Amino acid sequence: MSENFIDIRNISRHFGTVKAVDDVSFSIKQGEFFSLLGPSGCGKTTLLRLLAGFESANQGEIFIDGVDVTTMPPNLRPTNMVFQNYAIFPHINVKKNIEFGMRKEKLSKQELENRVQEVLSLVKLEGYEERFSNQLSGGQRQRIALARALIKRPKVLLLDEPLGALDKKLRDEMQIELRNLQKAVGITFVFVTHDQSESISMSDRVAVMNEGQIQQISDPHDLYYNPQNIFVSDFIGTTNFLSSSTGSSNGENIMVKIDQIGEFSIKNKLNIPENDNETVVSIRPEAIVLSPSPIDKGDIVMEGTIENSSYYGELTSFYVRVQGAENPLIASSQRFDNNSFEGNKCYLSINFEDINLLKKE
Amino acid sequence: MKLNENRTLYIYVLIYFGFLYIPVMFLPIFSFNQGIHMAFPLQGFSTEHYEDMWNSPKLFDALWNSIYVGVVSSLMATMLAFFAAKAFTKYKFRGQALSYGAILTPFLIPEIILAIALLVIWVSVGLPLGLTPIIIGHVLFCTPFCMIILIARMEGFDNNLEEASRDLGEGVFMTFWRVSFPILLPGLIAAFLLGFIISFDEFLLAMFLQGSDQTLPIYMWGQLRFARRLPHVLALGAVIIVATSLVVMLAYWLRNVGQPQEKQDLTFKI
Repeated sequence: MSENFIDIRNISRHFGTVKAVDDVSFSIKQGEFFSLLGPSGCGKTTLLRLLAGFESANQGEIFIDGVDVTTMPPNLRPTNMVFQNYAIFPHINVKKNIEFGMRKEKLSKQELENRVQEVLSLVKLEGYEERFSNQLSGGQRQRIALARALIKRPKVLLLDEPLGALDKKLRDEMQIELRNLQKAVGITFVFVTHDQSESISMSDRVAVMNEGQIQQISDPHDLYYNPQNIFVSDFIGTTNFLSSSTGSSNGENIMVKIDQIGEFSIKNKLNIPENDNETVVSIRPEAIVLSPSPIDKGDIVMEGTIENSSYYGELTSFYVRVQGAENPLIASSQRFDNNSFEGNKCYLSINFEDINLLKKE
Repeated sequence: MKLNENRTLYIYVLIYFGFLYIPVMFLPIFSFNQGIHMAFPLQGFSTEHYEDMWNSPKLFDALWNSIYVGVVSSLMATMLAFFAAKAFTKYKFRGQALSYGAILTPFLIPEIILAIALLVIWVSVGLPLGLTPIIIGHVLFCTPFCMIILIARMEGFDNNLEEASRDLGEGVFMTFWRVSFPILLPGLIAAFLLGFIISFDEFLLAMFLQGSDQTLPIYMWGQLRFARRLPHVLALGAVIIVATSLVVMLAYWLRNVGQPQEKQDLTFKI
């Protein structure tokens, strides 16, 4: 396992005055399922295309398995790509699509046939050899695109929002399948998506991008619970932001005055300076414990009024107004629904460990 | 609303087709008429004009010249038009509208101006007139037509397909050969056929730039001066009508060959 299997060093790609990718550096490990996550226009697809060789860098270098590929054309790179629209060749059948990239490998007829059957069984589409692209469903096309790339046994498989065009149920199935496939073949996957839940559920690590720059690279758990900045905290899941200011610090902890709620000593994970008025705290909806009766556990215990609620089946989101607060807090609960609260009065509690102190931007 | 429920529209369509085809039908009718006079009543059935046509070696020289000029100039025009259409559909670049207009110009300016301009240049350089300047003129003249067809066909072309081919290990040339060319082939054939037809019956450029080599339209025009020679031109016209129809049918068949039934297109798109 190489730590720097893909090594991206100070890569920039500009389109006119737009810095699509702006001085980005990071490494991807061998065999890793790595996601590039961000809103549209954040540069994630450009970065993927830089890896594939479809874009040339204005500056910086890319190494794959120790080889400088920065100026290497796409046909010579040890990467293969699954395109967003799958790009199945419409004029040839499935078998010929899958064999397309094998021309230069000079395999015997039997070896080639074995390789085709191998990848077809990997994507569970045996028996589809004679079909044409227009006779396949979206999910099947995606599998063929995967098979066509995997038969090349690339060092890196690049996936450009491959699940975007599928309906939700199929997408959920394919998430699990892709993950299993990646484990089975052991190839390094670089997966581009704008869907935060998709990237969190599939990846070993996620790079969150915005405006051409990497905001944070972490494993999904860390990304969710320890966001490095407001953008990441906001982009991943739902959260409550409350304005705050810091006081004096005391070892690992710092005094934080949270608007309308109070002053507490919480952990200063990001080394926010003392006496800083430009800070916010982020509290996840599921970290706020709701109850119809008074709560005695918890670091912060408050009373509130439920203003609104949305029922999602597996959980219900409540919009809770705490006395004096400017905006309602969003709290989610699996235990209670709207009927659990008499007169909309509720009690809530928050633990200090669930409060993330962040710098305002 | 069904077409035959609306009498006015129905009559309009009939008149339209009549206007289009009745004059053309006179050619084959009179080509089988006995005698040299193009007038009713018909004098009786005869194939003498076809025999006459068959025994005109100059006609076959002109026909061969026209086919040669048509194939060469349309091939070149289709190739040039393909590169231009590729540039216009795949990229956005500075001066795009200007270069588009520049390629379209020979199609927009009066043909006679183009013909005179080419003649003046060719003669002032001191080169001999003949089929070569006609081919050059026809390439200029056909390229915009071919380009318009190809742009229409290539606008829907998925550039990801070419990238996928590059990604799977093919270089630029093999990507064209294995992906773009087969997918765009119907459009290329349509562009080539249109270019050929335009070149085949082009008159002005061929008239001005001809040396001793006549193309078919020039030959036919030359024959009209002799009343006796007129009927075999009619016979030739009839043959050309039939041949053209066959070419169109062939193009239509080529378009759909190898396509699954549900993808077959019932219209012949130029």
